[in-house]
Amino acid sequence: MKILKKKRITRFKEALIQTFFMTNATLAVMILVGIFILLAWSAIPAFKEINFVKFMTGVNWDPTSPVKEEYGILSMVVSTFMVTFGALVIAIPIGIGVAAYLSDVAHPRTREIIKPVIELLAGIPSVVVGFLGIVLFGPLIAHLFHLPNGLNALNGSVLLAIMALPTIISISEDSLKAVPRSYQEASLALGASRWETLVRIKIPAALSGIIASIMLGMGRAIGETMTVLMATGNAPAFPHGFLSSIRTMTATIAIELGEVPYYTTHYYALFGVGLVLFIITFLVNLSADLILHRYQEREQ
Amino acid sequence: MKRKKFIQVISFLILRGCAYLILAVLLLFIYDIASKGGSVISWEFLTQAPRRGMTEGGIFPAIVGTFLVTMVTAVISIPVGIFAAIYLNEYARQTRLTRIIRLSIRNLSGVPSIVYGLFGVILFVNAMKFGTSLLSAGLTLGLLTLPWTITASEEALKTVPQSFREGALALGASKWQTIRTNVLPYSFSGIITGAVLGLARAAGETAPIMFTGAAFYLPSLPHSLKDQFMALPYHLYVMATQHHSIIKVRPLAYGTALVLLMLIFVINLGAYITRYRLRKIKME
Repeated sequence: MKILKKKRITRFKEALIQTFFMTNATLAVMILVGIFILLAWSAIPAFKEINFVKFMTGVNWDPTSPVKEEYGILSMVVSTFMVTFGALVIAIPIGIGVAAYLSDVAHPRTREIIKPVIELLAGIPSVVVGFLGIVLFGPLIAHLFHLPNGLNALNGSVLLAIMALPTIISISEDSLKAVPRSYQEASLALGASRWETLVRIKIPAALSGIIASIMLGMGRAIGETMTVLMATGNAPAFPHGFLSSIRTMTATIAIELGEVPYYTTHYYALFGVGLVLFIITFLVNLSADLILHRYQEREQ
Repeated sequence: MKRKKFIQVISFLILRGCAYLILAVLLLFIYDIASKGGSVISWEFLTQAPRRGMTEGGIFPAIVGTFLVTMVTAVISIPVGIFAAIYLNEYARQTRLTRIIRLSIRNLSGVPSIVYGLFGVILFVNAMKFGTSLLSAGLTLGLLTLPWTITASEEALKTVPQSFREGALALGASKWQTIRTNVLPYSFSGIITGAVLGLARAAGETAPIMFTGAAFYLPSLPHSLKDQFMALPYHLYVMATQHHSIIKVRPLAYGTALVLLMLIFVINLGAYITRYRLRKIKME
């Protein structure tokens, strides 16, 4: 009897422990849902005052105007995508190049050097990258294009490219390595060179992983705050080109949330910007995830 | 045939160039900051508070503040991260819930850091009434690092051979006893290495703490969890863009950047060496 009772207690204890661990794991789901709900809840009061369509399509963002306050986020959305696009134009070829180098060309000893370098690059705080944008790339860009200062979209794109590269490289390299060896051997046996095998067989076979890596890098660039805040010049107008100063969604939140009085329309509108930002990055990351996952399941 | 070989040589050379370009960028960053920040760093710079409207003096309060907020982050993020990883690796079956949990974790790691900042303002600063404080900022960073801690802990748990678990279970140990005696001790150093790497990243974050607790300048160190604090990354941002005489304080900004960078590189290097040695021990 005694043993039976003890067994029952143990079983109960075990179930309790399992539930405890499970609660901790479900916290991740609750945080994600919580972010969405709380952002939406804080953004809704803004739309009592602001027309939703005007919010999404308006070009002017001037919440502190003494004459007429305007809340249009289109300029900053376009700025965000422009600086992200510029970053990807730089980061995609280099990123795939390095990934291919690491998986197919590099000597194992070279790999042992390059891999930590990439990890270190990923570890540099974004505020330090932004600082380098001001003191290093800014003067360089100003000099090259004969501008009064180099704080513009191009500067932001270069910095974001550097920050997106580690993501693109590591995931692309993983998917290049996941290509079955038999593909490569078949291609080489038919007389293709290693370069031809890489370009015509391995990269197409790993394409979904490479695309996912690019989308993850893109998500990171869209959401990056400190670098664009410091290095793109903060001009809240519709961007004219890569040499004009811009202000992204993230930078607008970072600049204005510190100064805005709590519980005003302006305050709520900033959470509206945050909500739009969250939804965009959520969708980008989710798509990347679905691509990566379908690919992995097919592999198995 | 010769042409084919020629194209290959040139192409591989270009790929190698891409890799060396990245190495060059890293070296350029380090060189620029080390050469201009190195002369600023002295014992006084590290141990004194800023003086004269932050145009002189050191960064001691920012170092202390970053250390303290990272401690709060660790207290939140490490236990929850380990517990969640234990569930996912030891208990969870392939159910819909497990898939949703894993999807959420992956997606959380892609949520912009400023969005965590907004979330922290709503939840910790306002709703829970912690105000702008060490506690609010630490909790916000705790949520930010959680997905990294979970992933790193799970990786560490995966390295424990299945036979360790089977041996304990076969001797009649319960599931929890097995985890406690045969799984956790063998993955502990791996878990801590991963957690420390996550904390290093948290220590360098600016956007999440800007509105939840970091202060421009404080005359005294924080006394309790409810106090505001100065932090290295935010101090660098202030010195680089917000200060009234930016050019004059540029050397101080370089010094701050160098301290921050060294802090993070040293932690990264330590973790890398630990991981390397662990891998070697496992192989033997």
